[in-house]
Amino acid sequence: MAITREDVLHVARLARLEIPEEEIGRVQEQLSAILEAVGKVSELDLSDVEPTSHPLDVVNAWAEDEPRPSLPQDEALANAPDPEDGHFRVPAVG
Amino acid sequence: MPLDPTRWEPVIGLEIHVQLKTKTKMFCRCENVWGEAPNTRTCPVCLAHPGTLPVPNRQAIEWAIRLGLALDCEIAPRSLFHRKNYFYPDLPKGYQISQYDSPIATRGRFSVPGPDGDREMGIVRAHLEEDAAKTIHVGGEGGRIHGAGASLVDFNRGGTPLVEIVTEPDVRSAEEARRFLGLLRQTVVELGISDAEMEKGSLRCDANVSVRETGETGYRTKTELKNMNSFKFVADGIDAELARQVELYEDGGEVVQETLHFDPRSGRISPLRSKEQAHDYRYFPEPDLVPVEPSPELVGRLRDELPELPAARIRRLEEEIGFDLALGLVTSGRDELFARVPGDDRRATANVLMNQLAGAGVDPARVNADELAKLIAARDAIPRAAFDEALAASGDEGFTAERYLAEAAITDEGEIDAVIDRILAANEGQVQAYRSGKEGLLGFFVGQVMRETQGKANPKVVNERLRERLRA
Repeated sequence: MAITREDVLHVARLARLEIPEEEIGRVQEQLSAILEAVGKVSELDLSDVEPTSHPLDVVNAWAEDEPRPSLPQDEALANAPDPEDGHFRVPAVG
Repeated sequence: MPLDPTRWEPVIGLEIHVQLKTKTKMFCRCENVWGEAPNTRTCPVCLAHPGTLPVPNRQAIEWAIRLGLALDCEIAPRSLFHRKNYFYPDLPKGYQISQYDSPIATRGRFSVPGPDGDREMGIVRAHLEEDAAKTIHVGGEGGRIHGAGASLVDFNRGGTPLVEIVTEPDVRSAEEARRFLGLLRQTVVELGISDAEMEKGSLRCDANVSVRETGETGYRTKTELKNMNSFKFVADGIDAELARQVELYEDGGEVVQETLHFDPRSGRISPLRSKEQAHDYRYFPEPDLVPVEPSPELVGRLRDELPELPAARIRRLEEEIGFDLALGLVTSGRDELFARVPGDDRRATANVLMNQLAGAGVDPARVNADELAKLIAARDAIPRAAFDEALAASGDEGFTAERYLAEAAITDEGEIDAVIDRILAANEGQVQAYRSGKEGLLGFFVGQVMRETQGKANPKVVNERLRERLRA
């Protein structure tokens, strides 16, 4: 299944990415190549194979409900370019 | 505004989010608390720093199963977490960890008692997920949601555990939706898994609303009403949307599937911007988390630990005190105290608990039931003010009714008649008006007598004597 120009624009918009016009074709080719590679799997008869959501044969990995220290506010905000009143300030998303 | 039930039937499904009151968040061990300074309960996991990994909260998983069992659901022997992808500043990873096609609980039902018997509401599913951060929109025109210039983000709530419950479209009126929510709220409170306070956002409700002609069996196009943050707004929002849809159909129009915002102040419904609805979540299994496979022993233990549910208690109390009082007592968590208060006049006791005691804001768990019973038995013999004062104090340490009972009401008719005569003489105009038919003035006279006696006159006697004297 080939990725269309519209697919690229749609996914880019969902992720709020701006892809320069001249790169759309290249992204389209790369994404198509990835899909094609993964599509190899569908050439096999997998009717009696359970879907694998996880490669490890492990279930029920969890932790007890015991609090651990959080980051101090200034450390939490250390990478924020434009903090305000202890908050991360970001452009409104439309 | 009620619909014409001979023509239109509401079809309503609810989506309810319950915030679990675990000590820590769903996938990290930051404290799960409300009302702290912004961004003081965060860590590299819930801030989505690269390279961090989520670790589920065992308590949250057990509580989700407990809730699933209370909703009579099947508990999945194997369930998965999925990533729900969307881009928004309240979601630092760019996806929410949720559950998709293998939720922890499916296919349940929840019994909702009503004045005309029980209604069973189907439960499609209950699943676990993490909450988004809290954003405050600032600047821009119009403020809230529409046209904001920037957002301030507080990640304290980000990553805290939620259970989302989805019902079948079985709810048939706004009032029923409200009753369902009240019962569900009380249920999760009694399960000990959530504060379930709509004002705080620890219980949230969206409604999928459509109408169809009475007798029609299929479903018509539905709309989704978002973010109604009180029981009243849920009911008002649904009623407004039902009316809007019926009007559309009756004018020959069509309902368009869309997400709507109800503004409780204006009572108006407006569509959320279409871009905000353009969701394409691209769910896939969360590779950082392994499946959850609760053992039959765990599920069995949680099932055995379930308390009797509110609906069952309402049915038991209904015979004794009627449906409305039973519903009120149980959904306000006062029926346990009601059961402890001795006395034969059960309806009077229920009324006092629902009205005066609730009005006084007394915690029912702290009330000495025997002392309260003495008060209720003597309620006509002591002044109203003393009764109210006593009720307000009934949750205090070492409370006894004795002190208040000593303050006997004025029941002596001669003494009350003397006051009445003074009042009537001073208000001849009103007396004339009453005698010429304005009987609503009785309340005025009662009020005057009560004021004159500083509230100590027995209101029942005052009423009787006033009527008698005014007839003359």
